[in-house]
Amino acid sequence: MQKINHRHLIIGVMLSVTVMFILPNLIEHYTLSLLIIYSILALSLGFIWGFGGILCFGQAAFFGIGAYSYAVYAINIGESSIPFILAILTPALFALILGAVIFYGRLSDVYLGVITLVVTLILFRFASATAGPEYAIGKARLGGFNGMPNFQTLNIPGMPDRYIWDMDFYYLCFIIIIMCFIGLFFLTRSSFGRICIAIGQNEQRIELIGYDVRKYKTILFAIGGGLAGLSGALYASWAEIVTPNLFSLGQSAEIIIWCIVGGVGSLSGPILGAVLLGLLKYYFGQQSYIDNNLVLGFILIIFVLFLPNGLAPTLSQLWGKVFKRKNRQRKNLNSKRVRMPNKKAVS
Amino acid sequence: MDLAAVIIVEILYAIASLVVISSGLAVIFGMMKVINFAHGEFMMLGGYTTIVAVKSGINIYISMLIIAPLVVGIIGVIIERLIIRHLYGRLVDTMLATWGISMVLIGIATMIFGNTTEGITTPIQGWTIGDYQINGYNFFIIIVAITIVSLGYYLLKFTKLGLIARGAMQNPDVSAALGYNPDRIYMATFFVGAALSGLAGGILAPLVGLVPSWGTAYIAKSFIAVVVGGPAIIAGLLSSATLFGSVNQIFSFLFNPVFGEVALLLTAVILLRILPKGITNSIFKGKL
Repeated sequence: MQKINHRHLIIGVMLSVTVMFILPNLIEHYTLSLLIIYSILALSLGFIWGFGGILCFGQAAFFGIGAYSYAVYAINIGESSIPFILAILTPALFALILGAVIFYGRLSDVYLGVITLVVTLILFRFASATAGPEYAIGKARLGGFNGMPNFQTLNIPGMPDRYIWDMDFYYLCFIIIIMCFIGLFFLTRSSFGRICIAIGQNEQRIELIGYDVRKYKTILFAIGGGLAGLSGALYASWAEIVTPNLFSLGQSAEIIIWCIVGGVGSLSGPILGAVLLGLLKYYFGQQSYIDNNLVLGFILIIFVLFLPNGLAPTLSQLWGKVFKRKNRQRKNLNSKRVRMPNKKAVS
Repeated sequence: MDLAAVIIVEILYAIASLVVISSGLAVIFGMMKVINFAHGEFMMLGGYTTIVAVKSGINIYISMLIIAPLVVGIIGVIIERLIIRHLYGRLVDTMLATWGISMVLIGIATMIFGNTTEGITTPIQGWTIGDYQINGYNFFIIIVAITIVSLGYYLLKFTKLGLIARGAMQNPDVSAALGYNPDRIYMATFFVGAALSGLAGGILAPLVGLVPSWGTAYIAKSFIAVVVGGPAIIAGLLSSATLFGSVNQIFSFLFNPVFGEVALLLTAVILLRILPKGITNSIFKGKL
């Protein structure tokens, strides 16, 4: 069983590398990079929600913190490798502290949702209010509602003059998402990952078996925060400006919608959702007859009412029916919510 | 002295406006346990209804106290019948579905009214205390808040209707066995909640420039007011509104309005950590 999964993984990686070289011929690479960044963000929520059962309404907070801390460090340091790492660590640390407050207080799902939402709003308000020159971290002025432009974008480590941009940036993003996917793939198969999956299925049972649920959830939350920070740092480098809108409610909503549409419980689902909806938004953004919110809202309602498992599990069921799968045992392992990702990402 | 009076009025106003904006949510979330993320958009609809009614020549008080709640209440019932009634008892799914509803409502409002600010003028003149100017409309909001709270208390505590509603919220099966249709009661309660949100939107409409995404500014505030308040709807709403209103205004005076809001939200996070089940579950236990 493990072996089969590895075979899937290797085929998946090879396929996605092929896709990586084909895609730029079909869609503009500038858009593609953004889709990949969104996919990483979706992956971060899909991971903690689908595997640990933590529905965070404020994933945008970590995304924004990642982007902001990248920009702040980049302005102060002037070279991108250290800021890039710090941009992952800062939101991870923030998530660790926030997670510890929430999970060690044993707050229920609803309060988790409310608190993460409120924290996102605090950050949004705060970031919007930092227009004056007194709000500066080192050399970096936070800039209030206008945001922070003019920071060092990604460069080849050690060479501040050689920027990674255009096609190279696209390839970098693609390689990063493949690495994230493989990392999470193995993480879900490690003992830590299995315990997290079990917590997502039945928290009380795991508590009674003797694991410290609070610790596992906090660490899982921090990993999700770090991943979101990674995508934030990439976004900052892509957009070349960070604004308080990164913290907005709309951003948080979008991440959740990606996960719902793609399907939580697998790693490929959120990526599928982010790519599909990202493309949809891209095409809808070019017309002005129908408002974007309206479309996204309808999609969300329809999926909650009729397709609560999302597209990826539904598609994989269809796939399973069409190509009669040999090992039926795996089906038994798949519970209602949590599915093992047995196919590669559709990128 | 003048400054003190002004500050007291401002604090009372902050408390009252928190009560006004949270009361609709208190009914929908506090009684029905439906996490209504579309609450802010119900308010936005109330605001637009008021503005449209006033601009078509209807008296401003009639439009915001009667027309806005009615229209939003009816929209609320339609939404409840179509979507929310299928999701009772599934907390996370209702959260997501109402979030979808809120986006749809924002989208519709943007398509109808466009992304421009709409506004009407306040019907009450301001007056001066010493060197300071006070907005007369603040007193109107304080009076409305007092009316909402006392009417709500009276309805829930002393009338048969309130008793039936409370019974159905506590145990729908028992109330069904006693001959009251819980489905109908839920529908009526949702109507009341939505109507209160519409009222809040209508009342606040003259104070702000209305844009389709206006409601999102209030959703977090009203949520934490209700959640921190805890299970007792009215006592909870009053105590948390008092606390948060004072915190908000005091910090606004000391620093600036944005810090007032940040302080409010931070207090909420800390309070939720200390009293995860709300104020009324630990301090005013057993009250209504």
